[in-house]
Amino acid sequence: MTDNPTNHFEPVVLGFTCNWCSYRAADGAGLARAKYPPNIRLIRLMCSGRVDPQFIMKALAEGADGVLVTGCHPGDCHYIEQNYKTMRRYKILSRTLEQMGIEPQRVRLVWASAAEGLILAKEIADFVEEIRELGPLNWPKWDKPLPVEVLSEEAVPEEI
Amino acid sequence: MATNGKPKFAMYWAAACGGCEISVLNIHEKILDVDANFDVVFWPVAMDSKYKDVEAMPDQSILLTLFNGGIRNEENEEIAHLLRKKSQLLVAFGSCASEGGIPALANLGTRQSIFETAYFTVSTENPAQVYPQSTYEAPEGELHIPRIYPVLKTLDQVVPVDYYMPGCPPEPHQISAVIDLVIQVLQGKAELPPKGSVIGAGMSTVCDECTRKRNEKKLKKFVRIQDVETIDPELCLLEQGIPCNGPATRSGCNARCPSVGAQCVGCYGPAEGVIDYGARLMSSFASVIDSNDPEEVDRILNGIPDPAGQFYRFNLAKSILRASRYAWKGE
Amino acid sequence: MSEKIGVYICHCGSNIAGKVDVEEVSRWAKERFPNVAVSRDYKFMCSSPGQELIEQDIKEHGLTRVVVAACSPHLHEKTFRGACERAGLNPYLFEMVSVREHVSWVTEDQIEATIKSKALIEGAIHRVAYHQPLTPIRVEINPNVMVVGGGVAGIQAALEIADSGSHVFMVEREPSIGGHMAQFDKTFPTLDCSACILTPKMFDVGNHPNITLLTWSEVEKVDGYVGNFTVRVRKKARKVNEDLCTGCLVCQEKCPKRVVDNVFEAGMSRRKAIYVPFPQAVPNHPVMDVENCLYFKTGRCKVCEKVCPTGAIDFTQEDEILELNIGNIILATGYDLFDPKRIPQYGYGKLPNVLTSLEFERLTNASGPTNGEVYLADGKTAPKAIGIIHCVGSRDKNYNEYCSSICCMQSLKFAHLAHEKTGAQVYNFYIDIRTPLKDYEEFYNRVLDEGTIFVRGKVGEVTDMARTQEEEGKLIIQVFDTLAGVQRRVPVDMVVLSVAIQPRKDSVETGKTFGIACGAQGWMIERHPKLDPVATMTDGIFIAGCAQGPKDIPASVAQGAAAAARVIGRIQQGNIMLEPIRATIEEERCSGCRICNSLCPFNAITFDEVKEVSVINEALCQGCGTCVAACPAGAISGTHYSNEQILAQIEGVLDHALLAVK
Repeated sequence: MTDNPTNHFEPVVLGFTCNWCSYRAADGAGLARAKYPPNIRLIRLMCSGRVDPQFIMKALAEGADGVLVTGCHPGDCHYIEQNYKTMRRYKILSRTLEQMGIEPQRVRLVWASAAEGLILAKEIADFVEEIRELGPLNWPKWDKPLPVEVLSEEAVPEEI
Repeated sequence: MATNGKPKFAMYWAAACGGCEISVLNIHEKILDVDANFDVVFWPVAMDSKYKDVEAMPDQSILLTLFNGGIRNEENEEIAHLLRKKSQLLVAFGSCASEGGIPALANLGTRQSIFETAYFTVSTENPAQVYPQSTYEAPEGELHIPRIYPVLKTLDQVVPVDYYMPGCPPEPHQISAVIDLVIQVLQGKAELPPKGSVIGAGMSTVCDECTRKRNEKKLKKFVRIQDVETIDPELCLLEQGIPCNGPATRSGCNARCPSVGAQCVGCYGPAEGVIDYGARLMSSFASVIDSNDPEEVDRILNGIPDPAGQFYRFNLAKSILRASRYAWKGE
Repeated sequence: MSEKIGVYICHCGSNIAGKVDVEEVSRWAKERFPNVAVSRDYKFMCSSPGQELIEQDIKEHGLTRVVVAACSPHLHEKTFRGACERAGLNPYLFEMVSVREHVSWVTEDQIEATIKSKALIEGAIHRVAYHQPLTPIRVEINPNVMVVGGGVAGIQAALEIADSGSHVFMVEREPSIGGHMAQFDKTFPTLDCSACILTPKMFDVGNHPNITLLTWSEVEKVDGYVGNFTVRVRKKARKVNEDLCTGCLVCQEKCPKRVVDNVFEAGMSRRKAIYVPFPQAVPNHPVMDVENCLYFKTGRCKVCEKVCPTGAIDFTQEDEILELNIGNIILATGYDLFDPKRIPQYGYGKLPNVLTSLEFERLTNASGPTNGEVYLADGKTAPKAIGIIHCVGSRDKNYNEYCSSICCMQSLKFAHLAHEKTGAQVYNFYIDIRTPLKDYEEFYNRVLDEGTIFVRGKVGEVTDMARTQEEEGKLIIQVFDTLAGVQRRVPVDMVVLSVAIQPRKDSVETGKTFGIACGAQGWMIERHPKLDPVATMTDGIFIAGCAQGPKDIPASVAQGAAAAARVIGRIQQGNIMLEPIRATIEEERCSGCRICNSLCPFNAITFDEVKEVSVINEALCQGCGTCVAACPAGAISGTHYSNEQILAQIEGVLDHALLAVK
């Protein structure tokens, strides 16, 4: 973000959870006092099937360096089979994001049942680390002028 | 500049193909209504006028300006600001001005790649690999030509816009309808819709106007239309595996393309209230893939080898992400 | 927005305040957001004074929205919604975030915890501005109840509901009710005769004025929603006119065709082509097995028709389709057994005298194929040594990881019966002895005292390949005795495999028919594993007995009674309120593309062919939001999880000013 070498990058990651499984898993992690990086901020939906690709893109555009989409395991969906739709949408979005220059690892799909708090905590920690290694996304805030270092002429090898 | 008292009309093309102009001319004899009711003061395709003529006009003196084309370079933006200043009603006319159009697809790549394609590819004889510079030291002095921006923008991303007319191009019958409306407003017989509205289009999507039969969707494949041996003329194209963007595309064109057996490519833009058009398509297409097996889903999705092109063909510049990282980062 | 938001941060004692600087967060909320009218922190928001703070502020400050940052909404969302409602604010104009389970309990650093809390609260503040007042939907409850499955759980449920005055339709796919319990001889730990304790209840079901018993029947389709289901039942043709049949069973006696009984007798003996599965069957009307009936196969016979004294046989009888209006449904469909052929090294199906638990039950049953005598396959020799193997297909990563819960007790019961009936030496091969419930441990001790030999080890193989003279003609059980630390070869005459109990083979389809989900293994999913074991996620559908998971008879009975109590309560209320988190389709924007039509597992979305638009039945809609996310035209909106609300929350939560920078 700045070129201050002592400022090291702390990712901000958004997580979508479903009311019945993964949100409860996060609650479970809390009950077990399992510590995980605070870089993740969770949003509660009723079902992972509510996750609209536009939410993920909005998150990335608003400053998230990564997005975690979580839900019930296939076959365990509270609403029977909606998490399969989440999986299908995730795949198509992943391909599109790749064309947009966003590494597929920045959006991860994770299944976690209500009993898997510790597993979810580990996944979050793992994901935050992966994003840390990928570096900041720094998607431009389009209503503001593009930052100098992004629009600079150096960004284009030859002057036009 | 005529002083015959008729309200002034202007039409301008920024990063455009000329199709919008042709579509306006395609209203055939209705053009006479335009001439009867308006004074055309600036229309590069049809008349010889200079920018300084426009600069000399009083502010807000042009009643209606139809601005088509995307904002690709400094010149486009400069004229956008100029016309905004000089116009009462500025309409983003056509897909490019409203949402970026085909030129916005360049937002998937770097500026460098645009130049390389334009100036170095097979159809261009350029052995010395020369391409334009925005500044050039000539013996006579320094020359400037407008700089190309790394990211193409829509009209409303540089100036406030009063109305949007979607379409690539907007259909002549819709243009006629809008002209009629404006004439009625001038005559005090009608009211303009609220500022910011989409005009010359419907309230639903293309499926509303498409006469093909629709059933529950359970897609087992996506295919290129060229690879389909016989297209069933009665059945929904999407159900035949052809990725038709009709379900997400605003109505108003009378489903022109599906009615002749071509899939809708989405030139009329998103439905009312939709923020990101591509997201709607991604979500809806994926949701009805008839498989719960991740590997099979991948195989089916291989039938859409260029998802960004399929889902954002006309409106990348208006999407939430707007441009790929390659474009704004330059690499 | 011109809303007046009240923000409340709970200390939760030191659970939150010990890690999050709650006073600072409260100050920050008031300063940072112009639409936050009141911001407080308090020790225990869920307490009466805590709730009163909210109620007072709503009244005094005219709050239009409330945000509480505390524990999980799963604990207290209802509590605070209640507080809002009491103060006259619509309870859905409230948003809650967890800064305890999701922040203070999982974050090491205090500064980072405070920052993260702020981010989550900011998300809630942005989101709550877009909340709309909502009203729960009231639906009437039809007092009719359907119980699917006539085993002991279903029987218990049906009797309790029928006794309370409501009408029950019991649907059972076999010719008689009774389920698996009717196949057992004795039940542990009391060693009650299974039939003796079950048949009075079966009789009550068959004769109850409030129970319509539909056996030899299956549910084909369920439409509708809680309180208002329409259930289509196929009553398969028995080829017997039940009004005329007296249950004299002369037809069964005279029928010339014998068929191996793979269902009730577990393949241990045969029945006739027209038969009742067991003598105490309810109803005691026989059923004709048309696949084996000589008349249907060859066109000849019809002896039953000739001998029937009341002319009840009707070869032309067709299946009957019934459409029933039902308010609540209880699924008590029971279990299937693990097929031990999947463990070829145990020799089932290849070696004679290797039996499953159910087959052994039939042997020991006094009305079974051998009148309760335990004989080898030759039908006359009593075994001198019997090996009982625990955990066949259970507690095994290769087959079923779970413990089947009842097989230790069942194996002990077999040991006891074996002693009683044969005097044989009995060996039990176990991994652990699981005898947790009332009188179970005592039963284990009794079986120990009877001289049963217990070997701790998972049996490797059952073979007839003798290595020594003694082993000739025997079945050898090869096992590593983990307590003694030696390999053993134990020669026995008969091996009994305590096989795992598994979900019904068609449990997933059954679940789909009724709109409920089954877990990864196939057991039907309860609403909450600890606190709500008989309800499901679908209102109006309940589960009881082994359909929900392995359990013994007392537990099945308890669940049957529990489900009945819930249903009776519903019927008494006459109506229920449904959560107003629903989707709706804006007709004008819908183009009739029909993409949403295949997305609803609850069949809430239908297509209006006349208007050419899709329509959502709000009572059927469960509020998952999948169709909202899928609609390509953005024509479907979801209450309480609208695009505006979620996008606002995303913006709020990602406020970059709230980045933890080291």
